[in-house]
Amino acid sequence: MISDRIFGLVAVLVALAYIASATQVQTSFLSDPVGPKAFPMLVGAVAALCGLYMVFKPDPSPDWPVGRTLLALIICVIVLVSYAYALKPLGFLIPTAITAAILSYQISPRVMQAILTGIALSVGLFLLFKYALGLGLVPFPKTWFAAAS
Amino acid sequence: MEILDNLALGFSIALSPYTLMLAVVGCFIGTIIGALPGLGPSNGVAILIPITFTLGLDATSALVLMTSVYYGAMYGGRISSILLNIPGDEPALMTTLDGYPMAKQGKAGNALVLSGVASFVGAFLATIGLLLLAPILARVAYKFGPAEYFALYLLAFCTLGGMASNNQAKAALASCIGLGIAMIGLDNNSGLPRFTFNNLHLMDGIDFLVAIVGLFAIAEVFFFIEGKGKTSSIGVKLDKVTVPWREIFSTKWTMLRGSLVGFIAGILPGAGASLGSFLAYMSEKSIAGKDGGFGTGVPKGVAAPEAGNNAAAGGALVPMLTLGVPGSGTTAVLLALLMSLNITPGPTLFTDRPEVVWGLIASLLIANVVLLLMNVPMVKIFVRVLQVPAWVLLPGVTMISFVGIYSLSGSYFDLLLMVGFGILGYTLRKLDIPTVPVILGILLGRHMEDALRRAMVLSDGDATYLFSSPIAIGLWIAAIAGFVAPMFLRGVLAKPQRVTD
Repeated sequence: MISDRIFGLVAVLVALAYIASATQVQTSFLSDPVGPKAFPMLVGAVAALCGLYMVFKPDPSPDWPVGRTLLALIICVIVLVSYAYALKPLGFLIPTAITAAILSYQISPRVMQAILTGIALSVGLFLLFKYALGLGLVPFPKTWFAAAS
Repeated sequence: MEILDNLALGFSIALSPYTLMLAVVGCFIGTIIGALPGLGPSNGVAILIPITFTLGLDATSALVLMTSVYYGAMYGGRISSILLNIPGDEPALMTTLDGYPMAKQGKAGNALVLSGVASFVGAFLATIGLLLLAPILARVAYKFGPAEYFALYLLAFCTLGGMASNNQAKAALASCIGLGIAMIGLDNNSGLPRFTFNNLHLMDGIDFLVAIVGLFAIAEVFFFIEGKGKTSSIGVKLDKVTVPWREIFSTKWTMLRGSLVGFIAGILPGAGASLGSFLAYMSEKSIAGKDGGFGTGVPKGVAAPEAGNNAAAGGALVPMLTLGVPGSGTTAVLLALLMSLNITPGPTLFTDRPEVVWGLIASLLIANVVLLLMNVPMVKIFVRVLQVPAWVLLPGVTMISFVGIYSLSGSYFDLLLMVGFGILGYTLRKLDIPTVPVILGILLGRHMEDALRRAMVLSDGDATYLFSSPIAIGLWIAAIAGFVAPMFLRGVLAKPQRVTD
C-alpha cells in the first residue's frame, strides 16, 4: 500500500515539475501550431493523473529487500557507479576485475572464488572484445606505459 | 509470383557464406542466451546491440545476426524450462507446466526434441505468415498519414499497457515515463533544447540503447543479487536423446493450431509471445478436455506452448517491420536495433530497401532450419550451459553491458545513466509497473510527437483532423478497447505472465 502511495506521490511531483519545466521551453519564431511545449505537457498531465490514481488506489506493497540483501544491493550500485568513473582513466583490466569480483562475491560469498572469477572474466572478456570483436579497449592506464614507448 | 521473386532476392543475400555464418553464430549465441535462466531474449538482444553496432556490420548483416539471436533465444528458453523448471524467459513459462513433469518421468530427451520440433513448426509457419502478410499490410500502411500514425502509436501503448500489467494506471504511467524521457534533448522542429537543464550530455537526448540495457540487463542483475540462492533448483538428468517420431506425429494438429493462435497473438501490438504461448496452451487444454492430462507431462502440453511461443515471435515482426510498431518487449529491442542502424521500419522499407526486408525473411527461414539441426543433436551442449553458475554469469553480463555502452560513446555519463536506469527498472518491476512501455515510449516518443505536430500543421491546428479518416477512427477505437477491455477480461483470462520483462 504505502509503496504505491509514495511512488504515486513522487510521480505526481515529478510530473508537475516536468510540466513546469515544459512551460520554460523556448519557442522559436517559426513555430508549428502545436509547438514544442504541448506534447510534453500532455504527457506530464497523464503521468500526474496516473500518479494520483496510484495514491488513492494503491496495490499491495512488494517485499522490499531488508538487512543484508539491501546492503548487497547498495554495495552493488556503489561499485557500478565507481566502475563507470574508473573505466576511462584506469583502463579495462583492473576496474573490471575488481568490479566483477565484488559482484560475484555478492552472489556467492566465497573470497577465493570471487577473486578468480573477477580476474578470469576481466582477462577473458578483454581478449574477446579486443581481438575477436575488434573493439578499441585500453587495457591499462595510459600513463603506465607512456614512458616506455 | 512477386513473393517468389522477392524471396529469391532474399535468399541471394542470405545464402552468401558470410551471412550464413552470421546466422549460424547468431543461432548458437541466441540458444545459449535463451537457455540461461534469467537471461531472456530481451536482455540478450539488448546487451548485444551496442556490441553489434560497434562491430561496424552493415545493416543487413547486423539484422541477420540479431534476428538469429532473437529466434535462437526463443528456442533456447525451453531447455531450462524442461530440465530445471525455471523458464529461461517469460514466454517459456507455459512450457514448464508439462515439460518439467515429462522430464521427471525420465523423458527429458523426448521433451526437448519434441519442443524443438514444435518450435520449428511454429517459427516456420510464422515466417511464412510474415512473408505473406507483411507486404499486404505494408500496402495498407501507405495510406497512413500523420493522424493515423499518431493513433497507431497510441494503440501500441494502450494494448501493450493493457495486456502487460495488472493495473492500467501503472502501465500508462510507464508509457509516460518513456515518452517524457524521449522529449529530452534538442527539439526536432525548432532545434531548441528541452529538459536538458543546460547539461551538455543531455543535448543529444538519452540514447535508447542506454535505457534498454539499463532497464533490462542491469535491473536483472539487481534482481539476481536480491534473490540469490532462491533460484537454485534440482535439475533433471538427461540421458540418451532419441527422436520420438510417434509423439511428434501424434501432436501435429496441436502444433498447427498452436502456431496459428500464437501467430495471431504475436501480430497484436503489445500482446507478444507470452500471450501466444499462454493461449496456445489453454486452447489445447480445453480441446483435450479433462482426460487430456495437461499438467502431468503430456507431449501435447509441451508442443502447444512452444509452437505458440515461436509463432508469436514471428508474428510480432509483422507490425514491427510494416508499421514500425513493435508487438512485444523483444521486438521493441529489435526496433531499437533497426533505428540504431538508421533503418526506419514502415511501408517505405519494403520499397526502398527490399534487400533488407527479404534478406531478413530469408535468413529467418534459414535460421530456423539451422536451429532445428542445432537443437536436436547438440542439445547436450546447451544443457551444459545451464551449469554456468550465477556468480560467473551475472558479473559477466554486467561487464558485457558496460563494455557495450562504453564503446558506443566512450563517455562515463552514459554508464552512469545506465546504472540509473537499472535502479529505475528494479524499482518499477518491484512495484509491478511494466518496463516495456518505458522502452516503447523512449523509442517512439519523438515519432509520436512529430506525427501529432505534422497532423496539426496539415490541418492548421484543427484537432478533429486526428479523427478524420476511417482508419484513424478504427485505430482510436481499437486503442481504447485495447486499454479498457483487459480490465474486464482479467477474470476470464487468468494472468498469463507475472511481470513482463
